[in-house]
Amino acid sequence: MEETNESTISRREMIVGTTAAIAAITLANVMGTQAAPHSVPLSLAKVSFTVNGQSHDLEMDTRTTLLDTLREHLHVTGTKKGCDHGQCGACTVLVNNQRINSCLSLALQHQGDTITTIEGLGTPDKLHPMQAAFIKHDGYQCGYCTPGQICSAVAVLNEIKAGIPSHVSASLLDTPQVTNMELRERMSGNICRCGAYSNIAEAMSEVAQKQA
Amino acid sequence: MKTFTYERASTPAEAAAASARTPGAKFLAGGTNLLDLMKLEIEAPQHIIDIGKIGLNKIESTPTGGLRIGALVSNTNLAAHPIVRRDYGLLARALLAGASGQLRNKATTAGNLLQRTRCPYFYDTNQLCNKRVPGSGCAAIAGFSRQLGIIGTSTSCIATYPGDMAVAMRALDATVETVKANGAKRTLSLDQLYRLPGQTPHLETTLEKNELITTVVLPPPVGGVHIYHKVRDRSSYAFALVSVGAILKKDGTGRVAVGGIAPRPWRIESAEPLLPSGAKAFTAQLLKGARPTKENEFKLALVERTLAAVLNEAKH
Amino acid sequence: MKFETPAGTNPIDQLKVIGKPTDRIEGPLKTTGTATYAYEHNDEVTNPAYGYVVGAGIAKGRIKAIDQTKAKAAPGVLAIVTAASAGPLKTGQFYVDRLLAGPDIDHYHQAVAVVVAETFEQARAAASLLKISYTKTKGAFDLAAAKDSAPLIKQGQFSPPPTTNVGNFEGAFASAPVKLDETYTTPDQTHAMMEPHATIAKWDGDKLTCWASIQQINWGVRDIATVLGIPKENIRLISAFIGGGFGGKGTVLSDIIAAALAARAAGRPVKVTLPRPLIANNTTHRPATIQRIRIGATPDGTITAIGHESWSGNLPGGISETATAATRLLYAGANRFTQLRLAVLDLAEGSAMRAPGEATGMMALEIAMDELAEKLTMDPVAFRIKNDTQEDPGKPGRKFSSRKLVECLQTGAKQFGWNKRQAKPGTVREGQWLIGMGVASAIRGAPILKSAARVRLSREGIVTVETDMTDIGTGSYTIIGQTAAEMMGISLDKVVVKLGDSTFPESPGSGGQWGAASATSGVYAACVKLREAVANSLGVSLEEAEFVGGQVRGGNRSYPLGDAAKATELVVQDEMTYGTLSREYAQDAFGAHFVEVGVNSYTGEIRVRRMLAVCHAGRILNPKAARSQVIGAMTMGVGAALMEELVVDKQVGFFVNHDLAGYEVPVHADIPHQEVVLLEDLDPTMSPMKAKGIGELGIVGVAAAVANAVYNATGIRVREYPITLDKLIGKLSING
Ligand SMILES: Cc1cc2nc3c(=O)[nH]c(=O)nc-3n(C[C@H](O)[C@H](O)[C@H](O)COP(=O)(O)OP(=O)(O)OC[C@H]3O[C@@H](n4cnc5c(N)ncnc54)[C@H](O)[C@@H]3O)c2cc1C
Ligand code: SF4
Ligand code: FES
Ligand code: FES
Repeated sequence: MEETNESTISRREMIVGTTAAIAAITLANVMGTQAAPHSVPLSLAKVSFTVNGQSHDLEMDTRTTLLDTLREHLHVTGTKKGCDHGQCGACTVLVNNQRINSCLSLALQHQGDTITTIEGLGTPDKLHPMQAAFIKHDGYQCGYCTPGQICSAVAVLNEIKAGIPSHVSASLLDTPQVTNMELRERMSGNICRCGAYSNIAEAMSEVAQKQA
Repeated sequence: MKTFTYERASTPAEAAAASARTPGAKFLAGGTNLLDLMKLEIEAPQHIIDIGKIGLNKIESTPTGGLRIGALVSNTNLAAHPIVRRDYGLLARALLAGASGQLRNKATTAGNLLQRTRCPYFYDTNQLCNKRVPGSGCAAIAGFSRQLGIIGTSTSCIATYPGDMAVAMRALDATVETVKANGAKRTLSLDQLYRLPGQTPHLETTLEKNELITTVVLPPPVGGVHIYHKVRDRSSYAFALVSVGAILKKDGTGRVAVGGIAPRPWRIESAEPLLPSGAKAFTAQLLKGARPTKENEFKLALVERTLAAVLNEAKH
Repeated sequence: MKFETPAGTNPIDQLKVIGKPTDRIEGPLKTTGTATYAYEHNDEVTNPAYGYVVGAGIAKGRIKAIDQTKAKAAPGVLAIVTAASAGPLKTGQFYVDRLLAGPDIDHYHQAVAVVVAETFEQARAAASLLKISYTKTKGAFDLAAAKDSAPLIKQGQFSPPPTTNVGNFEGAFASAPVKLDETYTTPDQTHAMMEPHATIAKWDGDKLTCWASIQQINWGVRDIATVLGIPKENIRLISAFIGGGFGGKGTVLSDIIAAALAARAAGRPVKVTLPRPLIANNTTHRPATIQRIRIGATPDGTITAIGHESWSGNLPGGISETATAATRLLYAGANRFTQLRLAVLDLAEGSAMRAPGEATGMMALEIAMDELAEKLTMDPVAFRIKNDTQEDPGKPGRKFSSRKLVECLQTGAKQFGWNKRQAKPGTVREGQWLIGMGVASAIRGAPILKSAARVRLSREGIVTVETDMTDIGTGSYTIIGQTAAEMMGISLDKVVVKLGDSTFPESPGSGGQWGAASATSGVYAACVKLREAVANSLGVSLEEAEFVGGQVRGGNRSYPLGDAAKATELVVQDEMTYGTLSREYAQDAFGAHFVEVGVNSYTGEIRVRRMLAVCHAGRILNPKAARSQVIGAMTMGVGAALMEELVVDKQVGFFVNHDLAGYEVPVHADIPHQEVVLLEDLDPTMSPMKAKGIGELGIVGVAAAVANAVYNATGIRVREYPITLDKLIGKLSING
């Protein structure tokens, strides 16, 4: 039997012609810049945002995710890549105080955004209370999921405070409480294969109690 | 990921027009499904129109007591909206059962409706898949089909629509408003929006190429107990094996839509009069003509039993 | 230093630093994103190119041709490496997989090419432009189908004897008044560590530096040398932080070889990370097993015959899953039989994953024990206690060095409220939920291996430890620091620990649960030498010298420790090697797991409600880290019980659900608060540390305890893991 992998190309749109050189015709007007059209099939575009308080004006390959922008271009490597497909949570960062998976977001989608990564929460000399609680309760082992867990944990407590319900909230109308089950459900987008879950929940409870 | 050009649209009309102007263009909302598929080159748009900031992020009451939901409202904001929580509990519950907190912050209402199947063979470009490459064959039918569809499927594709929110919206009789590149607007029910695969599983919706979803409209609330029961192997962050969205009245009547079993949220209105007779009678009607594989046959029983659990819960 | 007779009292026994639940010393780095993992060495490598690995699109066959025209012409592309251009490559000495396929393809997603470009985006895009045509050949993918013709395994370094016999098993089993004969299956599982395999490779002339994610640095260097055919001396391998391994990063896999070859071809450092969807089929996994267990007993619950046969599959030459290991040691019984068979399968390589052998075998054995207890109408805890043994049942006279399995079971039963368990299954209800409790024993070998370390003392009194031991989340940094601090009489903040670099003295690395015990013993040996050097330097007699509070006391004088290095830094190195104690004694760690589950009587959904582990595993060097190892292992055990399965498509020949959405591992919501009890234990036959490993023990038996709890809740016995709701609902009666 003979096979080739060329069949991998997939959908309707593709038939339109994948080899055509792409000109960034729309760049100049959309970006409000004088970007020259590119004749090579590489497309760049500009974006500006701040990361941990520092502003960046970047010109990126349009394909670059926020995650790869942070790690490979800005060399802010605290944010981790576990799957690159939204399936693990290691890449969790805070964008305008909301947590997202930075692997499923283009850098270009963040024009004007305020981005906070694990490095922006605290440093070894000046730990964020959540970082300190993770250390105290041993809420990590290999440490690879940890930046994502901590960013999520910080966001989760804010989400509960803001009254956003969850799958396990008994009532949609009552204000959600910081229960063990609420924390666990809300943290479920952050996989820890080392299995530090039980300790993470304790770290979070402690921070929540101190905040209350 | 193939290279693409990128632009940010600032109004719905501009987005639709831009899409018509550029071949191979695709709208980017949250990006949580499209970028995932682009990385695998299952999708390969030549041009991306970022619609994140076209102003469709509001939730407004309609004069008749319903709700208009902007296409770009995030899953989190929709689930947390006070009116949704009070009057459309089923919708809030379905949203909160989906994906993860991070993904719900990014995922949008229209993007969620249009998310594509999670069939594992669709996701692996080395495998035969009629949806990805029309006419190539379907590896799933004789392969690993535990999660896949049992009804509404065809001999060319047994994939399911994987989402949760749309199940609730189907039960709530939501409609979708769109605008085309020429400015024409139309309204579709969800059954009108989603196609069944037949022999063309690559055609998933009836939207035209440059048609933009602008709004989802919910009719005035239907009273009753709202329950969304999602069944999966792990407790969270997993797609449904089966999900049952129900609105049930005290007298036992109500409506039910089911997820995880078909190419679209599965609701058969004509079966609903059987609800007061119990889960067995209703499910028999709902799943009439089902064609499960050996691996997903269990879903027949699972639908009935999940519904039984829901009916039981509604009584308490 | 050689360890030949059981340890007496030594400085470790002071327990001023050792044995304390100290926070991890690298915690501030890991929690702030400043610990640097393999792919992140931007300071050391400033201008890397990006390599993207392409996996085979078929399961078995040959590459006919690779058309590189389009890929080569793609923007940014610097080089493309295939087997044809790579030159001869060998396989390593542990994994048997060929790390770059071609022309033959041995399994799905085996690496066939690496495409190098200026950026990650360019490399990934160009990779998909390679046009590869194949000739497919038929492969074997179905363990059940291959079972009957599977030959016995071959004994070897990682393989026990294929058959073991004690007494007359067949006769005793045949005549046993109460018996069980059942078959159990466990599926293929993937490590799914959160950090994908990743490497940055950099050549300086013929010298190669790899920043990679490798659990055993010594194996890594050896295998890079073997595969590439370069001298070991020319290789430097660095893995200072490893984002989880669980056995899946034992030594060299395709990322390292791809990066090294690509860097050579591109004339530039190259970084490679395996795409997540490639990992399950490209790298190694825990292989599936079919296990037949036969146990015969007298009506009072005395086991008279115990037999365990297991079948697994692998690539030609691969190791077997030694699922019968625990059965040889765990319970008494005069007549015993084990056998291992291994089929050739054309799936990815099967290899070690957390507690290989024991974890898998105990998934079966501990259900079998539950089943037999029920037949005997005995409590499952009592049945296990009844069959405890204090000597190796296969070698009468060979004692266990320390074994408190009975105490583990008793302590656990008490703490868990086992007496509330209803022996009759399916009788405890809460609304829609059926509630049940399950128990299982745990045993895991406690190997210990030669390990070396270098220690330095600075004039400031700072002790720096260097060893190529790795920390994969196990707490190595901390317990090694604690060891040095205890030995030198200083506080932990006066110790610097440097790990995971092949320029440091050799340790056995993280694997086989030997890491903690071995590496700390190596540090002990080095510190003994440093104490001598210090005493010498200060002119204090070693016999009199006391190392306390950062001071060295001798005679009537007291010196700050750093004074010994006033003139020049003191640097010593030593290793710990071992005599025959491990043959004289059976050295194992023990435990007991208790689990409570709820099963939804309508839908069959299973949720774990409570978990308790009791462990007896030598001296606990750091109870906080040890406890974390155990809860992590319990979590993985829940995954094994309820959801983890690499599904084999037997037609195409691959693991279908090869990403983290398809292969489900437990999430936060699945795991309740977990309790761990660490029983007091000092095992002087192990080493001066008197410690054993615990990280793998924690997973052994967990899945069976969950399975037994599901049975107790529902009365439905599932013998095919994972226990998912589709295996229950047909038999479950609705309730509530
Ligand atoms: C690991 C994982 C787990 C998940 N689990 C669940 C789950 O359990 N339940 C669930 O329901 N979902 C789940 N999801 C899916 C997630 O909800 C969707 O990815 C998300 O809702 C898509 O929204 P988006 O805005 O990001 O869409 P995008 O990715 O931006 O767009 C999706 C598609 O819709 C098109 N589109 C977007 N907006 C419009 C518009 N206004 N008009 C026309 N076309 C438009 C895009 O062109 C694209 O084709 C999961 C996703 C991941 C990655
Ligand atoms: S079921 Fe549909 S999506 Fe899945 S492989 Fe078959 S055709 Fe493709
Ligand atoms: S890397 Fe983004 S979710 Fe895994
Ligand atoms: S700490 Fe290792 S994955 Fe969470």
